[in-house]
Amino acid sequence: MYSEKVMDHFANPRNVGQIEDASGVGTEGNPVCGDLMTIYIKVEDDIITDIKFKTFGCGAAIATSSMITEMAMGKTIDEALKISRNDVADELEGLPPVKMHCSNLAADALRAAIEDYKKKKEGKGSEAESEESSD
Amino acid sequence: MIYMDHSATSPVDKEVLEAMIPYFSDSFGNASTLYSLGREARIAMESARKKVASLIGANPEEIYFTSGGTESDNMAIKGTVNRLRNKGNHVITSSIEHPAVDETCKYLEKNGFEVTYLPVGEEGIVKVSDLEAAIKDETILITIMHANNEIGTIQPIAEIGEVANEKSIYFHTDAVQTVGKIPVDVNDLKVDMLSISAHKLYGPKGIGALYIRKGFRLDPLLHGGGHERGIRPGTENVPGIVGLGKACELAENKLETNLLQVTELRDRLITNVLGEIQESYLNGHPTKRLPNNANFRFTGIEGESMVLQLDSKGIATSTGSACSSKKLEPSHVLLAIGLKEVDAHGSLRISLGKENTKDDIDYAVKSIKEVVESLRNISPLWCAAEEGE
Repeated sequence: MYSEKVMDHFANPRNVGQIEDASGVGTEGNPVCGDLMTIYIKVEDDIITDIKFKTFGCGAAIATSSMITEMAMGKTIDEALKISRNDVADELEGLPPVKMHCSNLAADALRAAIEDYKKKKEGKGSEAESEESSD
Repeated sequence: MIYMDHSATSPVDKEVLEAMIPYFSDSFGNASTLYSLGREARIAMESARKKVASLIGANPEEIYFTSGGTESDNMAIKGTVNRLRNKGNHVITSSIEHPAVDETCKYLEKNGFEVTYLPVGEEGIVKVSDLEAAIKDETILITIMHANNEIGTIQPIAEIGEVANEKSIYFHTDAVQTVGKIPVDVNDLKVDMLSISAHKLYGPKGIGALYIRKGFRLDPLLHGGGHERGIRPGTENVPGIVGLGKACELAENKLETNLLQVTELRDRLITNVLGEIQESYLNGHPTKRLPNNANFRFTGIEGESMVLQLDSKGIATSTGSACSSKKLEPSHVLLAIGLKEVDAHGSLRISLGKENTKDDIDYAVKSIKEVVESLRNISPLWCAAEEGE
């Protein structure tokens, strides 16, 4: 059912864990359906310098989370945003059709983490502006 | 490899295979022919029929060979309702049947029949009082499985049979998971029909039987050459039938011994898993369960991952998780006993066999512990602070 690469990422997942002071956190999925992924990113100068994941889910769910963290590490925010659902499945040398939604979740979780980072950044930016204007 | 998925299938016993081999290329005759080669096949078939009957306390002429449990279930249910459709159109079953019964009932609902699916409690047992309340004038069939394939719960078949008899309603039980494992007697159970599958008791796949109490003639599913007294036409699968017969004979001889042995192993497994792994629970009834079945759930992790990781450690198991099913839906059995979806996803079924040993159990416990820990480490639903406090 699963390719060797999927089994490798499942058996030896890369970047498992959390980041305490993450720049952005994104969660996708639903335990009711059997899949929940959380991705943590650390961003410096718009580059993802650290990335970790936690996943509740099947072999494909764990493998796609692991793979996307590997693909996103070291990329700029804009490059990471371009990683698509199909890119993840392709890097894993294919997923069974019924498991493609797991690669969707991974890409969506990364996107959510990046959106969270952007929101936080904007928030800090507008705080700084309001501080300046109140001087 | 340590095989712990006997409820899915079992390896063919060496003696069973040896008994079957002569009927492939030597005594290969069609059992319906007049010459000696055909007669040899017929003799072997009738001898097998006696063995199947003996295991379940039936008469040989009440045993009809089929292609397996699914066909037997279909034959019993459709055959009965079709024969009795002038008398009524209501069927009573349970909410935890195998798809071979469940899907057949759903098919009946689309074809003019009404079906009541009796609920089960937390432990997966049907209440006889619920059954009695569901019976009406139009009820023509009750079909309730003897033991559940996922959680192993054993239903009160004899009590249900008592009620069915009183009300003169035909009663079928899918005994695929119990025949050969626990004592099964059609008269004690008071059933009119009973399904058997060879590959669950160390026989070959593709062969089974349906017991039909003498005096009842159902409508056949198949039409053809009149075999099996016209109830199940088709050139008989003599090697398969011989295999089923031998498997039943061996099961009858060793029933008590195997039962005690496997019960001890199952209990050791359950005690140690629940004792050594935090937030682990048993699904189903603690004692009214198959001697070889243990179905666990573990908080915070998912079943397919567990099965794959255990496979990499050389242990074969299964799960009720949605991710492992073709329809991406969690086990209807686990939902019927009241589990939330997330807990149904975290289930692990272990079904032992007579070849499993104490060492297998100890290795399995150790491996399950490691797998659960490893997956909880990756899971966002499990907080590390919950451990080791």
